[in-house]
Amino acid sequence: MKRVEGLSKLTGRELYVDDLPVDGFLWGATVRSPAARGRIRGIRFDDSVDWSEFTVVDHRDIPGTNAIFLIEEDQPVLAHGRVRHLHEPVLLLAHPRREELRRAVEAVHVDVDAEPPVLDFRLTPDRERIQYGDDNVLKRLRIEKGEVERALAQAPHVIEGVYETGAQEHVYLETQGMLAWEEDGVITIAGSMQCPYYIVEAFEHALGRTPDRIRIIQAATGGGFGGKEEFPSGIALHAALLALKAGRPVKLIYDRSEDLAVTTKRHPSRVRHRTGVDGDGKLLGQDIEVVLDGGAYVTLSPVVLSRSIIHAAGPYACDHVRIDGRAMFTNSPPFGAFRGFGAPQSLFACERHMDRIAAELGIDPVEIRKINLIRDGDSTATGQVIADGADRVQVLDRALDLADYYERRTAHAGFNAAEPTRRRGIGLATFFHGAGFTGSGELFLDSEVHVAGLPDGRIEVRTANVEMGQGTLTVFTSLVCDRLGVPAEAVTIAPADTSLVPNSGPTVASRTVMVVGGLLEKASDDLRTRTGLPADADGRAIREAIREWHRSHPGEPLIGKAKYEQPEHIHWDDETYRGDAYGAYAWGAYVADVEVDLRTFAVSVRDFVAVQEVGRVLHETLARGQIQGGVVQALGWALLEECKWRDGAMENAQLTNYVIPTAGDVPPIRVEFLESPYPHGARGAKGIGELPFDGVAPAVANAVAGATGTDPASVPLTPETVMDLILRQRPPAGSLT
Amino acid sequence: MGETLTIRLTVNGEACDRSVEPRLLLSDFLRHELHLTGTHVGCEHGVCGACTVLLNGESVRSCLMFAVQADGAEITTIEGLATPSDGSGIPHPDDADLHPVQAAFREAHGLQCGFCTPGILMTLVPFLEANPDPEEEQIREVLSGHLCRCTGYQNIVKAVRLAAERMRT
Repeated sequence: MKRVEGLSKLTGRELYVDDLPVDGFLWGATVRSPAARGRIRGIRFDDSVDWSEFTVVDHRDIPGTNAIFLIEEDQPVLAHGRVRHLHEPVLLLAHPRREELRRAVEAVHVDVDAEPPVLDFRLTPDRERIQYGDDNVLKRLRIEKGEVERALAQAPHVIEGVYETGAQEHVYLETQGMLAWEEDGVITIAGSMQCPYYIVEAFEHALGRTPDRIRIIQAATGGGFGGKEEFPSGIALHAALLALKAGRPVKLIYDRSEDLAVTTKRHPSRVRHRTGVDGDGKLLGQDIEVVLDGGAYVTLSPVVLSRSIIHAAGPYACDHVRIDGRAMFTNSPPFGAFRGFGAPQSLFACERHMDRIAAELGIDPVEIRKINLIRDGDSTATGQVIADGADRVQVLDRALDLADYYERRTAHAGFNAAEPTRRRGIGLATFFHGAGFTGSGELFLDSEVHVAGLPDGRIEVRTANVEMGQGTLTVFTSLVCDRLGVPAEAVTIAPADTSLVPNSGPTVASRTVMVVGGLLEKASDDLRTRTGLPADADGRAIREAIREWHRSHPGEPLIGKAKYEQPEHIHWDDETYRGDAYGAYAWGAYVADVEVDLRTFAVSVRDFVAVQEVGRVLHETLARGQIQGGVVQALGWALLEECKWRDGAMENAQLTNYVIPTAGDVPPIRVEFLESPYPHGARGAKGIGELPFDGVAPAVANAVAGATGTDPASVPLTPETVMDLILRQRPPAGSLT
Repeated sequence: MGETLTIRLTVNGEACDRSVEPRLLLSDFLRHELHLTGTHVGCEHGVCGACTVLLNGESVRSCLMFAVQADGAEITTIEGLATPSDGSGIPHPDDADLHPVQAAFREAHGLQCGFCTPGILMTLVPFLEANPDPEEEQIREVLSGHLCRCTGYQNIVKAVRLAAERMRT
C-alpha cells in the first residue's frame, strides 16, 4: 500500500507548528536559571527595555498546581523560590517581534544564591548535596530469581565488568514548538508532540481546568523518538500561560541551541555485572546493578529504570538472577524518554559482558550465546515463561549467515596481520525488546479507539496516536481496510485532536501497531456489528449498510468502539516485580563489521546486518525504514554523539559540535525479518520501533574489541576513547623491549 | 524597526518586491514574509541543510544568507518544484505533477517525518542535472550535507538512484 503521509511532505505543504498561519500572534521565550542549584534571591529587569510592550509570566500566573503532572508532581512549571538545574524555566516573555524578545531575555537577570550541586550520578552524595529523600535515589527497583549468591559461590568462574553509556540527544530535525490560543473559553494547543492526552492531563492540573475547556491538536511532527513524549507538556503549558495572560495567540518555538541545551536526553548509565559461568559458558548466576542518571526531577525515570532492569539480563535463560536498579537525582535537566527507554543501556552492558566472558573463558562469542539463548519453555529474569514459537537461535544463525560472519572473521585475521595501520573486526549482539507498556501499564492506560461510519459510507479512524514519520496513518488505514474489506479511498484518519478522538494512549513504547492497531481491528468488527451485518460481509455491503444506517438514524453518530483488555495470559505483580513484564518480545541478532584506523582512531562501520523476529510484518517498507533508522541513530550513540557538560547541562549545544551520522558515515544496513505471529497483536504484529536501538552499540563495541584486542566498556567510542583504549593496552612503540 | 532596503526578486516564477531589514535572513524572508513555509529551519547555522533552496539554479542554505543578498535573483523553493497541471497549485495525488525527484522519494520511501526532505530535494535537483548517472559514493557525498534522523539514509540513497534513472530516460 502506498504511503498515506507522503505527498504534502514532498511538496512543502505539510504544516509543522512553526508553519501554521495565525493572525496577530506573539512570539514566546523562556528566561532560565543561570545556576545548577540554589535559591532565587531576586529577578531584575533592565531599564533599557520598555517592559510595558511585553507579556511577562511567572509562577504566580499559574492558576492551578505549579507542577507538570506525570508520575510525581515535583517538577514545577516555572521555578519558585529555588532552582534545581541549569536552564530551569523561571519566567516567560512574549512580544510581537522576535528580535525584541531575544534582547529582552538577555535583559532579565535571575539572581541565585548558589548551593552545591550533584553533577555525577555515580558518586555517593555527601549530606549537603542530598535533595531527594535521604539518599538522592529517585527510584529503586529489584528483580530476584532463584538464589544468586549461592549460585555465584558455587560457580567455577565468576566474571565481573562495569559498563557505562553516555547521554544522547534526540535531534528530531524539527525542534520543540507549541502554538497556544484561547477560543470560546477553551485553551487550545497545536504543536509537535507524541502524546496529546498527556498534555490534557498536565493542563487539568496546572491550569485548574476541566478537560472540556482544553483542546490539544498535534501539528505535523518532525520526528520524536521519545523526545516529544513528556517534554511537550511543559512547553505547551508555557505557551498556554503566555496566551492566557496576553489574550492573544502565542508561538513558542525553540531554536536548535535552546532545544539541545534544555530538553530531555537518553539517561546516562553505569551497569555492573558479576556473572557465574561454567567452563562451557553456561550462565549459572547473574548479579547485575543498573544505575541511571535521572536528572533534577522524577519525570519518567522510574519507568525507564523498570524497562532497563527487565532487559538487563539479556535474552538468556538463567535460573539465578538478581538485578538492582537505581535512578539517581542530579542537578541536570531531567533525562527522559528516548527510543529503547532504558533497554539499550542495560543491553549494551549485557552484550559487551557476554563477549568479555567468552574472551576470558576462551570460547566463541557465538557459542556462548547459543548455549544461553532462551528456548521456548525457559523463563526471563522476572520469571516470565517464553513460549511464543520464535526460534532465537535461528535468528542468530540467519544473521551470521547473512553477514558471512565466519568467513569475514578469518579474512580479518589475515588483513590485520598484513596491515600496519588498519584493523578490522566483526562483532555481534543478541537481544530482545518487550513491546507496549510494562507489566500492568497497558491496563492503567485503558486505551480506547473509535472507527466511525460516516453518512456518505466512508469510514473514519479516530485515535490519539500520532504520525511523526513512522507511517502510522498508512498502517492504520491498511489494518481497517483489511478488516472491513474496503478500499483505501474509503478510509480517512481523523486528526489527532483531543476534541475529536478518544484517548488511545501515548505514541510510545512500540505500542502503536501492536496494541492500538489491535484495538482498531476490534473497533472495525464492532462497527460492522452495529450496522447489523455478519462477520463475513464484504466491503461493498458494509459501506452500503453504513449509509443505510444513517438514513434510518438521521443525525446520530455511528461509532464502532474498542477498549483495551489485557490478554488472559498476562500476569504481573508490581510488588514483587515477578511475572509477565510484556505481552510479547521481539528478538534480534545484529552483526557489525568495523575498521579502526590506528592513525586517527576513527571507527568506520563497513557493513551492518540486522535480523529480527517481530511477529508479523504489516508493511515491509515501513518496517525496514524503522529498523534502518533505528540502527543509524544507535550508530550515532555508539560512535559519535557525546554530550559535553557544564554545570550539569549540555555545553556543546550546536549541531556543529554535537555530531550525528550523515549518509557518508553509515554503511548499507541489511535488514531481514523472521515472523512468528503474536496472536494478540494487530494481524500478529509485535512492536518494532525501539528494537533496533538495542543491538547496535554492543555489536559495534564487540567488533572494535575484536579489531583492536581491547576491551571497550563504554560508549560513545569516539576517536579519543578508542585512542585511550589502544594506547593504554599497547604502550607506544619503543617503550617495549 | 531599523532601516529597510527594497529588493526585487523572482520566487517560484513570480516577481516580488519587498522592503526588508538588511539583517533579515533569506530563510526568514521566505517563511515569514512570503509564507513559503516548506523551507524548513532545523539548526540556524548551516549544518542540517533543511533550509536549502535554489538561487539562480544552484542550491544554497537560506539560513546562511540575507534576503538582501538575493536581490535580483531567481529563487526556487520546494513549493515551486512540482508543476500542477490543473493550475490549482496543488499537485494531483497520482504523482503525475511531481518532479521526478519528488516522485522517486515517494516511491522509494525516501522520507519519514519529512522535515529534512524539502532541503534534500533542493540539493538533489541541480546535483542530478549535473550528474545524471551518479555513483553511490557521489550520492552519499552530496547527501552528507544534510541531516536526516529518521531514515538511516538507505532509502534516500535508493530514491536518488531511482530519480537519476527516471531523469535519464
